[in-house]
Amino acid sequence: MNLPSRATMLLETPFHSRVAERCEINDWGNWMGYTTPNAFFDVELEYFSIRSTTGVFDLSPMNKYRIQGPDAEAYLNRMATRNISKIGINRVGYTVWCNDAGMVMDDGTIFRLGESDYRLCSYQRAIDWLLWCAMGFDVTITDETEDLAALAVQGPTSCTSLTEMGLTDLNTLKPFGMRTYDFEGEKLMVSRTGFTGDLGYEVWVSPEKAETLWDQLFDAGKEYLIKPFGSYALDIARIETGFIQAGVDFVPAEEMVRPGRARSPFELGLSWLVDLEKPLFNGRTALLKEKANGSRYRFAILNVDGNKPAEHSFIMKGDRQIGTVTSAAWCPTAKSNIAFAQLEMPEGAIGSEYVAEIYYQRELHWTRLLAPCKVIDGPIFNPKRRRKTPAIPH
Amino acid sequence: MTDFDAIIIGAGHNGLVCASYLAKAGKKVLVLESRAVPGGCAATHEFAPGFNVSSCAQWLYQLSPKVVSDLKLPQHGLVYAAEGLATIALDDTGDHLHLQGDSASGGGVSIEDQKAYALFRKKMRKYAKLMKTAYDTRPPKLVEHDLHDKMTFAKLGLGMKLLGKDDMSDLMRLILINIFDVMKETFQSPKLQAALALDAVIGTPMGPRSPNTVFTYLHRFMGEVLGFEGATQVKGGMGTLGVALSNAATDLGAVVRYDTSVASIDKTHDRVTGVTLTSGEQLTAKLIVSSADPKTTFKSLLGYQHMETGLARRIEQIRFKSGTVKVHLALSGLPTFTGLDPSALGQRLVIAPSLNALESAFNPLKYDESSERPVMDISIPTIHDPSLAPNGQHVLSAIVQYAPLNPKGGWEALRAPFMTAVIAELTRYAPDIASLITAQELLTPADLADTFGMTGGNWHHGELTMDQVLMTRPATGISQYQTGIDGLYLCGAGSHPGGGLMGLAGKNSAQEIIRQGELA
Repeated sequence: MNLPSRATMLLETPFHSRVAERCEINDWGNWMGYTTPNAFFDVELEYFSIRSTTGVFDLSPMNKYRIQGPDAEAYLNRMATRNISKIGINRVGYTVWCNDAGMVMDDGTIFRLGESDYRLCSYQRAIDWLLWCAMGFDVTITDETEDLAALAVQGPTSCTSLTEMGLTDLNTLKPFGMRTYDFEGEKLMVSRTGFTGDLGYEVWVSPEKAETLWDQLFDAGKEYLIKPFGSYALDIARIETGFIQAGVDFVPAEEMVRPGRARSPFELGLSWLVDLEKPLFNGRTALLKEKANGSRYRFAILNVDGNKPAEHSFIMKGDRQIGTVTSAAWCPTAKSNIAFAQLEMPEGAIGSEYVAEIYYQRELHWTRLLAPCKVIDGPIFNPKRRRKTPAIPH
Repeated sequence: MTDFDAIIIGAGHNGLVCASYLAKAGKKVLVLESRAVPGGCAATHEFAPGFNVSSCAQWLYQLSPKVVSDLKLPQHGLVYAAEGLATIALDDTGDHLHLQGDSASGGGVSIEDQKAYALFRKKMRKYAKLMKTAYDTRPPKLVEHDLHDKMTFAKLGLGMKLLGKDDMSDLMRLILINIFDVMKETFQSPKLQAALALDAVIGTPMGPRSPNTVFTYLHRFMGEVLGFEGATQVKGGMGTLGVALSNAATDLGAVVRYDTSVASIDKTHDRVTGVTLTSGEQLTAKLIVSSADPKTTFKSLLGYQHMETGLARRIEQIRFKSGTVKVHLALSGLPTFTGLDPSALGQRLVIAPSLNALESAFNPLKYDESSERPVMDISIPTIHDPSLAPNGQHVLSAIVQYAPLNPKGGWEALRAPFMTAVIAELTRYAPDIASLITAQELLTPADLADTFGMTGGNWHHGELTMDQVLMTRPATGISQYQTGIDGLYLCGAGSHPGGGLMGLAGKNSAQEIIRQGELA
């Protein structure tokens, strides 16, 4: 029997009153210490709000850290793998960061708020590491996790819903751009970012204005079929669009206990985030070595035959197990059965064919399914509307 | 083209030893020293007009004989004023304990204790001999076995085997407990117990009940297998050793520049390329070898921002505490120690009445306070070397414990009361001493840190504890004098095998640099 490992009381986000009101089926989960809905009413319908209309997700538990000071840029360049200097003011960059062994600790987004003023959004708690990284730099690090409430507003009508709410000319905001609006006597920040691979925005306000934001947004979006969505729907959307998640698709390197279980950015298919031309960043020496000597694993997106999600499956090449699945879902829009796998090198080249050994249970009866699968090139869902500027009106 | 093959930061004893070995191998070596004199902790200074004293280390008890002969130190001026000195544990009633070689006498030591003492030393010699196998070379790595490391492990393994089953299992037991328990189970005499335990805690921020104190005892005992039977006093004070080392290095072709402070170690991309002096002058070399302690090297000279976070964190986490103070007294005449023949005043005198007295002296250090009744290791060097003081007058030098680096209220408030406590303690044994004092000097851990550039005032450049020795000294991943940063090596006491005027860190580092072919 699996006993719950932690009995800590979960926190409520600034949107809790509104989220609870909408959470018809009362299915809650623990996200980084906050109680958040797994589903509001129906996972599939919630998912389709992201792909067809506007879906709203309470993002408040994301960890937010402010990095300010003369050395802020140098600090982030040393911490993260990508070249932070290329992120302009009012722009956002996705990155990962590694430990000295070149193993990924977490991924996240960096918002450049000013010349020497950044905000880092991470999935994992990171204050400890951020403070260690600050030694030798003239920066101040502030944990703003509880000072900012945030909603992800995603889907084809998201721009229209937000514009309707009063974010004038939002359609001109480019992907990974951000902008500030006046909202109820305060500042509201909106960035064209998200975790769904669709046209979408993230909206940031003070916790005091959270409920007002929710109410105004749902009023404005009513005509555009706005719906809240929970973690389960988000999981389908992110798998469909090829986004990996810390703690699911890789073990955060500094939490790893067993040797060899962490993964490098190369092994997670994120080499495009690694700028080895930078003179120094955490993991650089190890990553240079890995580049020279080869990686141990390859991240592969698999298109699996049938409609049974290949969760926790072994990937077989003949009789030999060459990898395991970390995330899997039936993706409704792409109408594909997608799995993320970690394959032993040199396996995993585009087009390679393997067999997913899927185990599932029906009424206490375990069944083993051998589903052929194929390594595909890039995410299966990647619509034009995701990047199009001005955003396509609906 | 670089200016030098190697630039050594610091002309402390390890820096000079390393420079000498590299120069001997035909390398072009420059040593940079911020002070005006060589030797680092092997230094002599005039603390009052006409009164000279060994500034930091006062006894030589474990200088590697291989270093002495390889570098021909006697030819370069190293002269001993006295060798094989006894240790006398002072008693306030005059019943002093004499320890010389394997014999213990006086101080109420029983026949059983005398036998036990000889046996104990025999066993410690076996253990120290085993440790010497590891001390004589770079520490072996546990994971990436190369041939050299395998040889070291094989020698250690064979040595363990040769200890015999009983001694081997006893070593495994002892090394993890503390000197208090070992003394209690071995001897009855409180004075004998405490005199030996003092050796385990001196130069450390530990008390006799602290774990790791058996290891520190063995570290100090290393001298016995290196050929030192008791303490040795260097003629002219410890500075003579520094000068001899500097002469040796210079004779072998190394250049030593004094009054030259390094402001930073320069780095481009992954490689260290040279140093910038406080004057602004820049010097380049194929290798920079730092004898400064790891924190000074990585934090102050290289800068944490110029290395990966994990390395910076491991350096930041090295413990550098100290509880050690140096006291220097100028005396108008020889003090009278109750019950002690004046001829014995040239021996090593210790004040450590009992294990509990030692532990009680240690307790306040935990709370950044100082001992009410300090313990000490005393030298009156003018007995064997009258040249250190004006005619007929004397110098008393003492290594005193415990006082913190940063006492509550600051050292300005503690300096006078702590000196009073030291003199009060001395007065218990030498009632006339206060009347003879004409000048005095107290070097606090903060003073020692500032003067000798030792973080925390710790003379080992990082505490000698089981988690900070061998392959984890100074920190995991940077154990074999290499730093993970190309072009930067370490050669100071912060590296294996630690401090205490052994010269082994400097020698091993130079040998490792040559073995790696870095300067080939």
